[in-house]
Amino acid sequence: METPPSSAESRRTVLLFASLRDRAGSPSIEVSLPEGSSVADLRRAITAAAPHLAEGLASSRIAIDQEFREDSDTVSGDGEIAVIPPVSGG
Amino acid sequence: MGDPARILVGLTDEPITGDRLQRETGDPGCGALVTFLGTVRDEHHGRAVERLDYSAYPAMAEREMRKIAEEIVERWEARVVVILHRTGTLGIGEVSVGIGLSFPHRRESFEALRHAIDTFKESVPIWKREHFTDGEAVWVEGS
Repeated sequence: METPPSSAESRRTVLLFASLRDRAGSPSIEVSLPEGSSVADLRRAITAAAPHLAEGLASSRIAIDQEFREDSDTVSGDGEIAVIPPVSGG
Repeated sequence: MGDPARILVGLTDEPITGDRLQRETGDPGCGALVTFLGTVRDEHHGRAVERLDYSAYPAMAEREMRKIAEEIVERWEARVVVILHRTGTLGIGEVSVGIGLSFPHRRESFEALRHAIDTFKESVPIWKREHFTDGEAVWVEGS
């Protein structure tokens, strides 16, 4: 049984910082993400939407609602998504 | 006595100085006040630096700074924790980060201070862009 691809997908905004923001030329990008996706799925969706960010993404952590998440975690339906490159404050 | 610890964390575009930190961190019930000031160095791997720009993910940076402060209170029983970080453009010698901790006694203060700055450098989403004297600029990611 095939389900219509659009029914359970939503457009999500992904916040970008530092070199990724420069590379994208924008403070955020939009990705299409099925409901119930994991952080690993999110990473694949970002790479599909913006292949030129793949390299920086690989060394970055993902935060949802301002908390670091693991690849196996689920992306909540309305959480704020951000890609966090290795930090250099201090 | 018995009051909850005082925590002040945040990003600031005003200069951070030792005086400001001492003023914010001072507590009449404490006999030890330790501070750490991180300053802008004039070179990186032998290359001359002219200035730095700091940029942050503000909401998350403040959350992570607060987590560090709460841990310092919980593990080392600090009475006051102040953690401030500059954003924007900083020249050589300016203070980028200031941490001030007050304790009733000095014994625990040094270990707590080291833990605070070490954790800060791993977890707080702030990034620096180095502008070299030759005109090039690069994001520093990781330390």
